[in-house]
Amino acid sequence: MLDGMNRPVSILAWGAVSLVAAGATAVVAVHRSEPINALWLVAAATCCYALGYRFYSKFIAAKILAVDALRATPAERLENGRDFLVTNKWVVFGHHFAAIAGPGPLVGPVLAAQFGYLPGTLWVLAGAVFAGCVQDFVILLFSVRRDGKSLTEMAKEETGAVGGIVAYAAVIAILIILLAVVALVVVNALKDSPWGTFTIAMTIPIALLMGIYLRRIRPGKVLEVSVLGFILVLLAIWGGQWISLHPGPASVFTLSAPTLAISIIIYAFAASVVPVWLLLAPRDYLSTFVKLGTIGLLGIGIVAIHPTLHMPAFTRFVDGTGPVFAGKIFPFAFITIACGAISGFHSLISSGTTPKLIARETETRMVGYGSMLAESAVAVMAIIAACVLQPGVYFAINSPAGIVGQTAVSATTTISNWGFPVTAADMQALAHAVGEQTLFNRTGGAPAFAVGMAHIFSQTLGGGTVMALWYHFAVMFEALFILTILDAGTRVARFMIQDALGHIYKPLGRTSWYPSIIFTSALIVAAWGFFLWQGVKDPLGGINSLWPLFGIANQLLATVAMCVATTIIIKMHRARYAAVTLVPLVWLVAITFTASWHKIFDLNPRVGFLAQARFLASGPATSATARLIFNNRLDAAVTGLLLVMVTLVLIESARQWVGVISGRKEARVKETPFVMTRLTEERA
Amino acid sequence: MMTARSALRILISALREIFDEAAYARFLERTRMASSPSAYAAFWRERENNAPKPRCC
Repeated sequence: MLDGMNRPVSILAWGAVSLVAAGATAVVAVHRSEPINALWLVAAATCCYALGYRFYSKFIAAKILAVDALRATPAERLENGRDFLVTNKWVVFGHHFAAIAGPGPLVGPVLAAQFGYLPGTLWVLAGAVFAGCVQDFVILLFSVRRDGKSLTEMAKEETGAVGGIVAYAAVIAILIILLAVVALVVVNALKDSPWGTFTIAMTIPIALLMGIYLRRIRPGKVLEVSVLGFILVLLAIWGGQWISLHPGPASVFTLSAPTLAISIIIYAFAASVVPVWLLLAPRDYLSTFVKLGTIGLLGIGIVAIHPTLHMPAFTRFVDGTGPVFAGKIFPFAFITIACGAISGFHSLISSGTTPKLIARETETRMVGYGSMLAESAVAVMAIIAACVLQPGVYFAINSPAGIVGQTAVSATTTISNWGFPVTAADMQALAHAVGEQTLFNRTGGAPAFAVGMAHIFSQTLGGGTVMALWYHFAVMFEALFILTILDAGTRVARFMIQDALGHIYKPLGRTSWYPSIIFTSALIVAAWGFFLWQGVKDPLGGINSLWPLFGIANQLLATVAMCVATTIIIKMHRARYAAVTLVPLVWLVAITFTASWHKIFDLNPRVGFLAQARFLASGPATSATARLIFNNRLDAAVTGLLLVMVTLVLIESARQWVGVISGRKEARVKETPFVMTRLTEERA
Repeated sequence: MMTARSALRILISALREIFDEAAYARFLERTRMASSPSAYAAFWRERENNAPKPRCC
């Protein structure tokens, strides 16, 4: 809008935005003595995002990518009414945002809040503006210029065969680890919670009912059935309260972590095998409906009540001794935040359905860069939700029993001795207020986020009396998100495995052949189920080892995406601007390689997988110990394998860069030739 | 008033795209079928063998 203003007004307006950005960020960064109001974070984030979008993304679009409104996109040239389709930019924005927004930006920042509110906030802002948004934007544009090709295809074409193979393997590895870790988050949120378990269990028949309604009664009326599904979910939340208050039904839905893990594994296998329309699609609709509404509501709630953050800017755990997960602020804060700042997974979506819908190249800026800014704003909301809790309460919820002790008294004593006062009576009162038996040792981030969100919502709507309803609404919201990812992720991985196996034995590649469907679904579910089981049985809570592993895998995929982007930029004869992707790439390499090194070789058993295996081996030998030793060695091997694969892509890419810059290699990008657009202004 | 109406129209279009209603409408137009349980079944048969839209973490 300000682009249309005359120059002096525009300079004054953007000058004011810059001043607010600098002032608010300075307050957030230097404020130490008293609790800070959340509005400072909101102001800093809003202004930094506005500046990043207005200036940095425009610079990238104009100077490096040379986006061209006259160049026909694949949506126009290959329009088929199915995959390729000219679509309104706001519609593509909504479509893209709905695909990239998941539980990651909610859970990661909550876990990283153990370092204080400041590290997470600064990384979410800087990481998004200079790395995450850039990755999503450039990969989207490069895919648009290559007929909507995927990241793995672009890696193969631009950096060589090794790049393609590594990108493929990294995607499979990330999917397996991601599915395990998000399933663990659900298990930890629902264990011993009859209310939450009942509500989530009810979403399965609700989704089935929606599927049948859509297929038989009102074909295609998805928005209508999503509203109906949402009402039924609200009834299920209300019914869950009744269940939790009656010992008979409550005992049926009070499940231990292992039982929940087995239930989720069986559910995901079934969801991958049954027709999409019956379970996966309706759950996806329901989850998206709740997701978009709740994120909007949370944003309004934060601005309306502008809560005070009780978490300090930094905690003592920057030294790596944190109870939520072990490891120093560098590199583990950057690994843990994941999707709120930069996520390699986004590059798959930026090179998936989205490039096939873009009407004009110029719209990639708003869709790619803009959607990631919105995702980053969700991460800021998660930081606020976690940090409005009293630190003692935050640590009591998020610390595993293996660190703080099994009893309420030992946990509160340990946490209070860290300098974060909390009493067993406080925790009992809070658990009672949210309708739970206990909130101790609810690791994984989701319960802490739910308590924070319930705290914010209950002050906006309904008061303290409905806090329990808001808490279970928040748990349902996160679990619904996650189960959708389990459904869709298992299916996506199944398709990828079928595609690969089809080269060995052709029938296995047929996605409609039932023996192949069952075999590959079982393979994928067994793979992530193994890691889930490992997390459930881990005395340190599972999140301690699995979340960093997921963060490393996700950021390594971002490393592959940035390698591809840098290679293309250099081949486009824009080497002098390559720092735009090269600097984030160097940073990603620094954090992921350092984190991987620590996770494999650190001598602290809470950090290093091999040290943990050695520590366990030196204790009494039981069958459980033998399994834990094996798991830790396997985690070390997986981390090492990811590291080796990405090193190969880096070497391959660097060879390309040196070859092109020195003139020994021809700088030939594999773009689709220029075709002038024929789209009229109204249609675009 | 016009801006609000146009914003609402875009919001509904976005929701229809996200929730596959627009895809179904395009399918009906492309195949010249009227909306019915069998048309919806055919729509899903066409989509069934495509990998689902990935959902990020």
